[in-house]
Amino acid sequence: MNDSLSAHTVRITGHGGDQVEAYLARPDGEGPRGGVVVIHHMPGYDRATKEITRRFAELGYDAICPNLHWRDAPGAAPDDASATARANGGVPDDRLIGDVGGAAAHLRALATSNGKVGVIGYCSGGRQSVLAACNLDLDAAVDCYGAFVVGTPPDGHPLQVTNLVDQLPSLRAPLLGLFGKEDSYPSPDQVAELDGILTAHSKPHEFHSYDDTGHGFFAVDRPAYRVAAANDGWEKIAAFYATHLGS
Amino acid sequence: MCTYATMRSEIDGSAKGPGSSWFHVTDATVYFDHPVHAMAEHTLNIDFANPSSGPSARVAVELTAASARELLVAIQAALDSGTSF
Repeated sequence: MNDSLSAHTVRITGHGGDQVEAYLARPDGEGPRGGVVVIHHMPGYDRATKEITRRFAELGYDAICPNLHWRDAPGAAPDDASATARANGGVPDDRLIGDVGGAAAHLRALATSNGKVGVIGYCSGGRQSVLAACNLDLDAAVDCYGAFVVGTPPDGHPLQVTNLVDQLPSLRAPLLGLFGKEDSYPSPDQVAELDGILTAHSKPHEFHSYDDTGHGFFAVDRPAYRVAAANDGWEKIAAFYATHLGS
Repeated sequence: MCTYATMRSEIDGSAKGPGSSWFHVTDATVYFDHPVHAMAEHTLNIDFANPSSGPSARVAVELTAASARELLVAIQAALDSGTSF
């Protein structure tokens, strides 16, 4: 087993042709191998998300995390950039699709690529992972506790977020969903609703919901971390990507 | 949960922030969501900022819900006493 890897800051061509910062982690050695686009959570392009990106390289994938807040605050600290993006109303859906599409194209252009690219997102990125898989040619998608894939944001909601119910018939990739039963957004009822919609549309999907687990259970630097759920979740992700992104 | 709930308010005042320097603050962003640093799943977060000076012109606080409510009472009491003269 070779677990050597390297990681670098790169520029990708994102939405509207913009040059956007991204974090690229790659296993050493020749391919071919699949790629993974990591969508960071609302707190931003932070250290924890870069650790996740490196873990996908350790699992054998070329992995990239685009900085979705780059345009809001180029070069700023991740927490300052996140605050600025939030004050600006959040990441627009069309921009997200363009940036994830650019990240996937960057991975497919690597000499080591087998042409297959998956996407994964956490928290707000969970919804964005589903959004990307409804609008882009991706080979697998993982939604980690994304809110508002179904369900309606409260009245007067200041961020421009809508549910994805009308887009779910366009889902183009198998979906793995990982959720906490103690979460409120998404609630177990919303997870069941999403399961029902995908089943009705014959969309391949696999959901797992964990007991005694709330939102954000993969976040190793936060009190929400749940080791049993996170360990099992990582195993589910590894198996799912091995099935759909393997050479 | 990920609440996304964000309230914005124009403000006029000063804050002591990055580099121990005072600066003029024009915007406050208030939200109840995941903190960056506080050891709680959710906190009441306030950013006092001056966007015209860039993203780092910001003083951020993350308060537990209980302490934020206590702060609300304290602010109200201070305002009431200060404006009674």
